[in-house]
Amino acid sequence: MNKNAKNIFEMKVKSSTENLGTIREFVEEKAMQSGIDKSITDKIVLAVDEACTNIIKHAYNYDESTEFTIRVLISKKEFKVLLIDHGKSFDPNQIADPDMPTYLKQRRVGGLGLHLMRHLMDNVEYHNLEGNGNQLILTKKIA
Amino acid sequence: MAEFSTKHRENGEVNIIELNGYLDAHTAQHLEHAISDLITKNKYKVVVNFEQLKYISSAGLGVFMAFIETMRTNSGDIKLAGMQPSVYNIFDLLGFPLLYEIFPTETEAVNKFKN
Repeated sequence: MNKNAKNIFEMKVKSSTENLGTIREFVEEKAMQSGIDKSITDKIVLAVDEACTNIIKHAYNYDESTEFTIRVLISKKEFKVLLIDHGKSFDPNQIADPDMPTYLKQRRVGGLGLHLMRHLMDNVEYHNLEGNGNQLILTKKIA
Repeated sequence: MAEFSTKHRENGEVNIIELNGYLDAHTAQHLEHAISDLITKNKYKVVVNFEQLKYISSAGLGVFMAFIETMRTNSGDIKLAGMQPSVYNIFDLLGFPLLYEIFPTETEAVNKFKN
């Protein structure tokens, strides 16, 4: 936890799905403390869960010896969650949203995380930090 | 720590799986096992009771996608019942009501199998 900055909170977790509950509790607590509605908080929490699941699964391929960082930045207008990992890069801009009627018709499994993040948040932004990992920024407007 | 559990009951030939807690990428495997168990026993008529489910992520939704075809090709189905609004909203957002029958109560879902 960063104690020097008033509205920046951080946690580092081992890359395991076992930690998804702890991550959700952390983000929910920060959102509720900021006075964000329960329904908006639920959306943020799910988007972060989906993003972290993708990191654990795709960036780190379930390697539990790795870690990633969840950083929450709260301003009057926005609730931002930065996820920083050092695993395999991916560019969400290259991934189109699935056509859901086709998806359901074909009984597909998986691949809905990014689609959900885009629906639940106001902005989903990815940066390759050039040797310093990957950064995914999930932003929700709160005012 | 994500807590999740399932309970299995039978109502005639309909198998009811009650979900409790948080269904995410960590706990989805538990539900997969519960449904696989039914398939091993040739039980294809399933009602999933969501009343005690507090949370679902896309990993949880994936479990239902993985098994729906097996159930339907064996004259069964997976019918969903008793979702809290926050859980239903996720199914609805992704258009899942196009593929799954979702009922307000377990009784209504069970009756649909019986009628």
